[in-house]
Amino acid sequence: MILQVQDVSKRFGGLQALTNITFDLPEGQILGLIGPNGAGKTTLFNVINGVYTPNRGRVIFRGEDITGLPSYEVARRGLARAHQVVRPLTDLTVRENVMVGACFGREGHSLSLAARQADAALEKVGLLERADQPSGNLNVAQKKRLEMARSLAAKPYLLLLDEVLAGLNPSEIAAMMEMVRAIRDEGFTILMIEHVMQAVMSISDRILVLDYGVLIAQGSPEEVANDPQVIEAYLGDPKMTERLLAE
Amino acid sequence: MKAWRQLGFWLPLAIIFIWGLAVLLVRQDTSRETAFTMLMFIGLASSLNILLGYTGYVSFGHIVFFGMGGYTGFYLLSEQNWPLVAAALAGGLVSSVIAWLVGSAVLRLRGAYFALATIGINEAARAFVNNFGPFGGATGMFVNFSVYERYGGAGEALWTTFTYLWIVTLAVLVVSYLVKHSRFGLGLLAIREDEDTAMVMGVKAPRAKTIAYMISAFAPGMIGTLYFFKNGNVEPGDAFQLHMSIEMLVMVMLGGMGTVMGPLVGAVTYQGLRGYLLTSPIFKSLHLAVAGFILLMIILFVPTGAVGWVRSRFRGLRRVLQ
Repeated sequence: MILQVQDVSKRFGGLQALTNITFDLPEGQILGLIGPNGAGKTTLFNVINGVYTPNRGRVIFRGEDITGLPSYEVARRGLARAHQVVRPLTDLTVRENVMVGACFGREGHSLSLAARQADAALEKVGLLERADQPSGNLNVAQKKRLEMARSLAAKPYLLLLDEVLAGLNPSEIAAMMEMVRAIRDEGFTILMIEHVMQAVMSISDRILVLDYGVLIAQGSPEEVANDPQVIEAYLGDPKMTERLLAE
Repeated sequence: MKAWRQLGFWLPLAIIFIWGLAVLLVRQDTSRETAFTMLMFIGLASSLNILLGYTGYVSFGHIVFFGMGGYTGFYLLSEQNWPLVAAALAGGLVSSVIAWLVGSAVLRLRGAYFALATIGINEAARAFVNNFGPFGGATGMFVNFSVYERYGGAGEALWTTFTYLWIVTLAVLVVSYLVKHSRFGLGLLAIREDEDTAMVMGVKAPRAKTIAYMISAFAPGMIGTLYFFKNGNVEPGDAFQLHMSIEMLVMVMLGGMGTVMGPLVGAVTYQGLRGYLLTSPIFKSLHLAVAGFILLMIILFVPTGAVGWVRSRFRGLRRVLQ
């Protein structure tokens, strides 16, 4: 298991954001994380990568207990993340952005090596020709790609993707899905939050469903889509299931 | 990085080198005094730039390192008879240690809170020195005249001090360039842009910020020692002048935050302007108001400063203007 989340709870004042979350993620899989808005998906990411410390429970990454480690320590152990709200380092060039990932990620490269890693990652996401531009000049789809490149350049064992498809048009979604598959085939393990249901259903090996901070279902896409609780909480309509599985 | 092959590395060094050399060759007291003030502010502004421009932390009280380092160095060379170089290095070291102690606490604050805390530190240091017996309390210290004999008399000592300041300024510019073009510097720039994201990407922000703060405190400590030695006395009112802190900020912003060349351009421009304002009958008591006005205009219209503006307008000059 590359990642084990054991009985994790997180509370913000009176708000119980996560309640007793437990799941395992084996190496080389894509695990989809779905749920209505405010279900606690991003909070779960924040707990896994050290932005928040959980009130209870443990996060075990590659056999090591990383609960409560600061986010930069988690990053150095090989866990990278692409944010939902893109956060490019605006005044730096696209290449410099990605170099930060390569320099301070798992492999901790020197500057010149990081530049080469960055170019390789940018080529993978199709941004190489913009490497010297300030990252603030990119459009949303390109910024999403930049987030991907930045996390890839860190050569992580596990990649957390937070809604990388949100805000993209259908052709951009298709391209991004292709990219995620290619990344998985290279051996990266992926945990992704996604709202675009067709996409997440077709790409994930397994799916977790969160609702009000509780894990209400987990399993293969078919199992999850047919789960009555999931249909009620999230899909809303039984016919939706048929459509999702037909795609 | 092969810094010695980059024009942007050599340009600021060449300017300062030739300028200082010319002053030393001409050997005129007035041009030495002008150059001393300029070099001092170039060194101070460039040091502040490492924290302000590279790391994005606004310090309103950076002059505390000039004051504390200056006091320490002055005490060592005048009361303990240390040689000037050793005293200046000790002044820089003490400043860095203070930055480390203070930084571990206040660098947890961000934005306006950090800026306010730095003002508090400066005032606290002034109050401390005002009541600290060994440093002469509120009256300060005067240099023990026998110290000058080591340098061949008081007049000769001024030239020696200038030469040291010249070397310190060159060193600050080298450090400024090397920090910016290092892996460490990339981490600082990432912190400047978005500290939380930088941490998620693996930048050890608390440590990197503290180191940046320590680096930016070292040279002001040395420069303070040289300055007060040149003056022959040191007192709390001179050592911890809040308005000098603000002028340092203006210089960095005017020339261009986050560039190596910017603080140099800003310091020279601002000092030139200040010299004019102080001697002009209309503006002489208003020079700080003018400084404030300039700062406001820069923030509103040219937030990247002169060098930043040129860099964005003339892409070809980017390699030269680092």
